[in-house]
Amino acid sequence: MAVPVRTKSRRRQQLEEAALYPLDWVEERSGLVGGVKYFLFRKVPGDISWAHTLGSATLTAFLVQAITGVILAMYYKPHPDTAYESIKYITNDVTLGWLVRGMHRWGASVFIILMFFHMARVFLYGAYKYPRELNWIVGALILILGMFEGFTGYLLPWDQTAYWATVVAVNLQGTGPFVGPFLVNVLNGGADIGVDTLSRFYAIHMLLLPAAIFALIGLHLWLVIRLGVTSPPWSNEAAGSGEPEGPRPDREGLVRGDRS
Amino acid sequence: MEPHGPDPQPHAPPPSLWPVGFAIGVAVLLTGVIIGWFVAAIGAAITLVFGWLWVRDVMGGGPAPHAEGERPPPSAQPVSEGELEAFPRSKFLEASTLGLGGLIGGLITVPVAWVAVAPTFLDQDQPDVDIGPLEEFPENEWRVVTFMEDPDQGEVTRRTVFVRYNGELEGQPSLTIISNRCAHLGCPVQPAGPIRDDESVTEETSNSVVTRIPANPAGGFACPCHGGAYSTEGNRTAGPPVRALDRYEFELRDGRVFLLASYSVGKVEGEGKDAVLTKYRLMSPGLHVDGLSQLLYPIGPRR
Repeated sequence: MAVPVRTKSRRRQQLEEAALYPLDWVEERSGLVGGVKYFLFRKVPGDISWAHTLGSATLTAFLVQAITGVILAMYYKPHPDTAYESIKYITNDVTLGWLVRGMHRWGASVFIILMFFHMARVFLYGAYKYPRELNWIVGALILILGMFEGFTGYLLPWDQTAYWATVVAVNLQGTGPFVGPFLVNVLNGGADIGVDTLSRFYAIHMLLLPAAIFALIGLHLWLVIRLGVTSPPWSNEAAGSGEPEGPRPDREGLVRGDRS
Repeated sequence: MEPHGPDPQPHAPPPSLWPVGFAIGVAVLLTGVIIGWFVAAIGAAITLVFGWLWVRDVMGGGPAPHAEGERPPPSAQPVSEGELEAFPRSKFLEASTLGLGGLIGGLITVPVAWVAVAPTFLDQDQPDVDIGPLEEFPENEWRVVTFMEDPDQGEVTRRTVFVRYNGELEGQPSLTIISNRCAHLGCPVQPAGPIRDDESVTEETSNSVVTRIPANPAGGFACPCHGGAYSTEGNRTAGPPVRALDRYEFELRDGRVFLLASYSVGKVEGEGKDAVLTKYRLMSPGLHVDGLSQLLYPIGPRR
């Protein structure tokens, strides 16, 4: 490539040396810098559009939920006698508590809605087809777990809406043939909603499901990287026609000693 | 990473209509379970026929493409001189690692899963609750009675029943005790008529805190959530509920009324002390206890 030769001043060279030294150090011992470059500087079809950013938007919404959830967990007390009081405390007394709780409450809907938009994009573009069926399945699992997050999170404010909506929702599960009556007990932590129900929902909401969703998102992203991004159905590029994507040559050199 | 791209060979199975017919059959069968046995029989027939056709298609549809492509044996090395090691050390180590790992994983998983699930089924019996002396329930008048099933656990165990003293039947006092848990999806059913809150009485009984409120449910009982409505005997009169309201067993101890276990009711014939009904084991709201649909819930947790 005919790159015009630009000479850098000695001072600039020294600065770059100093800045890149720690990155080089990490790269030499872990290969992580190359991995991140491989992830970020992939080849994608030339005619993708904003519609292809819905997955990243969903991921962002989930990360907002995770972070605001951790902060809320610092103040929330999952016991029938204290849950509602602690929610009131977060909303009225904690500095900017109303904001973080509002982000978590409305962000939950944003997360679910974006998942559906993302799903619609994948469906309408035919991006679920071979060889990406497995990623559709992983995405569907994330959707199910996300809805279950909504179900378990709805009880936590422990007000009348939360309580009775959960009664109705649990009994709705109970009408499932054969296993329904057992599901009721497992969800409630007993025959009825009781003292154990709230902490049970809380543990599922903040430990079990987020961990599972994080793991599935990791798998989801790995499959996206491995299989590449699909071009739209009207594209002139055949889907997946690109060779496996390394870093673009002109991006090389972020770190010296780059592995190709 | 190895190169990849679209496989020139399409992997989709040949299109077939049999699964569609099979699915329709299952839907008709399930609809029949609710509507009647005749529709269910038609659905079962459709399911069986299309299921058989589908299975025949899958099993006997020419040589399956995967049949000959048996996995190659795992050891790709050519068998070398005189197979000295029939069961080599590496295989032993592999097997013991997998075996020990599985054993340890199982030893951890079993008790963890047990603790997560089993307590939700054990010790779920309802305690007997003292709701006050029989004189507090005048003949043919309704009382809304709220009480804590377990005062130690607090408000979360609060339950509500509607109680009417029907006078004596064959020398024994007769009480109608109806649970306020809607038989649709479990919302709290309300008396459809005046509730005289200002005459309510709260009493600390021998094992609970009980509030008795006089009420006149002239229009029966009604649910605010989805519009279920019931007669004063608890029979469904309108809306989505699938059976009558649940009831409680009771017992008199030294002239005081004790609530015992509750049970489910399909339909009540007659009224007051002459009411005739069949007791079923307590079921979740929304589940049929009689008719063909009860077959969908053959077993359930004890309570």
